[in-house]
Amino acid sequence: MATVYAFVAHSDGVLDDSAAELAAAAKKFTDAPVTAIVTGSGVDAAAAKAAELFPAVWKIDAAELAYPNAEVVRKALLNNLDAGAVVLMAHNTFGMDLAPGLAVKIGGAFVADVVDIEGADGDTLKVIRQEFGGVVSTHVTVDMSAGAVVTIRPGAVAPLEGAAGGAVEDKAAGDVSAKRKFIEVREPEAGDVDITKAEVLVSIGRGIEDQDNIELAHELAKAIGSQAEVACSRPIVDAKWMDASRQVGTSGKTVKPKVYLAMGISGSFQHMGGIKGGVIIAVNKNPNAPIFQVANVGIEADILEFIPELTEALGEL
Amino acid sequence: MEILVCVKRVPDTAENEIELNSAGNDIERDDLVYSVNEWDNYAVEEAIQIVDKVGGTVTVVTVGDEDADEVLRREMAMGAQNGILLNDEAFEDSDAMGIATLLKAAAEKGKYDLIMTGAQADAGYAAVGGMLAAMMDLPYASLVNMVEVGDGKLTVGREIEGGNQEINEIELPCVLSIQTGINEPRYVGIKGIRQVSGIEIPEFDAAGLGVDPATVGAAGAKTKRVDYFIPETGEGAEMLTGSTEEIIAKLIDIMKANGGLK
Ligand SMILES: Cc1cc2nc3c(=O)[nH]c(=O)nc-3n(C[C@H](O)[C@H](O)[C@H](O)COP(=O)(O)OP(=O)(O)OC[C@H]3O[C@@H](n4cnc5c(N)ncnc54)[C@H](O)[C@@H]3O)c2cc1C
Repeated sequence: MATVYAFVAHSDGVLDDSAAELAAAAKKFTDAPVTAIVTGSGVDAAAAKAAELFPAVWKIDAAELAYPNAEVVRKALLNNLDAGAVVLMAHNTFGMDLAPGLAVKIGGAFVADVVDIEGADGDTLKVIRQEFGGVVSTHVTVDMSAGAVVTIRPGAVAPLEGAAGGAVEDKAAGDVSAKRKFIEVREPEAGDVDITKAEVLVSIGRGIEDQDNIELAHELAKAIGSQAEVACSRPIVDAKWMDASRQVGTSGKTVKPKVYLAMGISGSFQHMGGIKGGVIIAVNKNPNAPIFQVANVGIEADILEFIPELTEALGEL
Repeated sequence: MEILVCVKRVPDTAENEIELNSAGNDIERDDLVYSVNEWDNYAVEEAIQIVDKVGGTVTVVTVGDEDADEVLRREMAMGAQNGILLNDEAFEDSDAMGIATLLKAAAEKGKYDLIMTGAQADAGYAAVGGMLAAMMDLPYASLVNMVEVGDGKLTVGREIEGGNQEINEIELPCVLSIQTGINEPRYVGIKGIRQVSGIEIPEFDAAGLGVDPATVGAAGAKTKRVDYFIPETGEGAEMLTGSTEEIIAKLIDIMKANGGLK
C-alpha cells in the first residue's frame, strides 16, 4: 500500500475534532506510519498539535492557503503527493468540496462518508457506510491500488488518544493559481428566538407533514413552559415553514438543552450532529427509524396525534 | 447561458419505508415508489431561474434505464427545454467515478457554460459534481445556496458549518452542486408532464458517447457496494410502551427527572 495521509482541519491553531478521528480510522487498516497534512497560512501551532497525533506531519504554509479554498488546497496537495497516495479527510463541507476532485486527479478510488473501517485486504479497503439517510448500512470495498480518497463521517470513529511525537516537515505549496476565489464568510442573521438558550426543545421534522401543523408544536412548547422553544430539522427550513435560526444540525445551530423532543425526525447525522447534550426523546411512527438507535428514549407514535395528547396531559398537571 | 443539470431517479424515502429484502442483502425493491432526487429539483429550479433572467436553455441529463425517462420529463415540465438519457446495460452498477465519466462525455457533446448537480443523492457520496469538474478541468463549488450571474463569472454562496455562508467568485464555465433550500422548486402537475410527453429525448449508449464500457459500470467501478444490512446496534433508545396515557405519564416523569419540567 502506498503512503497514507490524513488531511487535518484546524482553525486558530486548534485541530478540528476530526483530526484524532482520522488518526484512529487510519489505524483500522494500516500499521504503517500515517502522515498528517496541515495547510494554511501561519500554521505552526496546528502542525505542532498534529505532530502529537501523527508520526509525521507535512506543513504546507502559504499566504494563498489562508482560507481553505478547495481548488487551491487541491493544487497544493497534488504538487506534493506521490502517485497512488491514500488520503483520509473528514466528510464535512470542506471535505465534500475537495475530496471528489482530488480522487479524480490522483487517479484513484473514492469513498465518502465512511462510518467505520473493517480493515484492508491487500489493496482492498473494506468500509461501512450508510444510505438513504441512515436507514440501511452497506459494506463497501474500495480498490486502493491506484490510490484513494476516503472521507470519514465526523464523530463516527472514536478518536485516537496518545502521543505520537511526530516530526514536522515543511513542504512548498507550489503553483496554486485557481479559477475560484474566496471572498468572505457571511454569518447567519439572528432570528427571533435563540434556541441555544432553551432548556427544552420541541423539535419538529418532516413528519409534521404540513405547515398548519406547526402550531401543534408551539402549543406543546407553551404547555411545557417558558423554558421550552420550538426547533426543527432542515426540511422545515428548506420549505420556508420556519426561520433558519431554528434549525438544529451541522448546518444550523448546535444545542444543549436538558430535554430534546425529536418529533417526526429520522435522525440523520447532520441533524444529530447539532445536539450536544441532554436527554433525547424521539417520537416517530416508524419503529425502524434510525433515530431510535441514537435517542435515549423512544416512542412509536404518530406525532399528529401524540403531540396534542401530550399538550393536553401537561395542561392538566 | 447554456446550462446542463444532472439529475437522478431515486427511491422516494417519503413514500417508502426502505427495508431489507428477505435475503437480507439488498433493499426490498418491489413496489418502490421513485422520484427525482430532492437536491436535483433545487438545481433544476435554479437553472430555470437563471435562464429566465439572462436567457439560454436548460438541459437535463440522467444515467438510467427507460424508467428514468419519467424524471427527465418531470424536470422538463418544470421548464427545462431538453432532456438526454444515457442508457446502456454497461452503465449498470457504476460508481460515482463511472457516472461522472458518462456525464462528462454527455457534457462534451454540447457547449455548456454552467453544469449543475444536486449536492448529493440517495447514496450520500456527494461526489459526482466534484468529479465531473475535475475530469473536465473546470472550477467547482459544492453545497451552493446562492448564485448571482456576473460577467464571465458567478458569485456563489456555499453553505458551510453552523449556517455560515462562504462567498466565492468562480469563473465560467464551471460546475456547481446545489444544496436544498436555495430556492422553492416549482410544483409540477400531471398536466405539465403531459405537455412534454411528446418531446423526443435523445438517448446515448456507450458507443454513442464514445466511452469505453470497461471504464464504467460494474467493470470500471473501484468502489463497490457488497451488500445492504441493518447493523447490530448497541442499546438504542429505551422504548416507552403501553397505552398512550401510560406512555405520556412515563414521558412526563422522564422530563421532570431531567429538569425539563418545572
Ligand atoms: C451538507 C448537509 C448539511 C445538512 N445539515 C442539516 C442540518 O443542519 N440539520 C438537519 O436537520 N438536516 C441537515 N441536513 C439534511 C439531513 O441530511 C436530512 O435530510 C434531514 O435531517 C432530514 O430531516 P427529517 O428527519 O425531518 O426528515 P426525514 O428524514 O424525511 O424524516 C422524517 C421522519 O418522520 C417520520 N414521520 C413521518 N410522518 C410521521 C408522523 N405523522 N408521526 C411520526 N413520525 C413521522 C418518518 O418515519 C421519518 O423518520 C443536511 C444535509 C446536508 C447534505
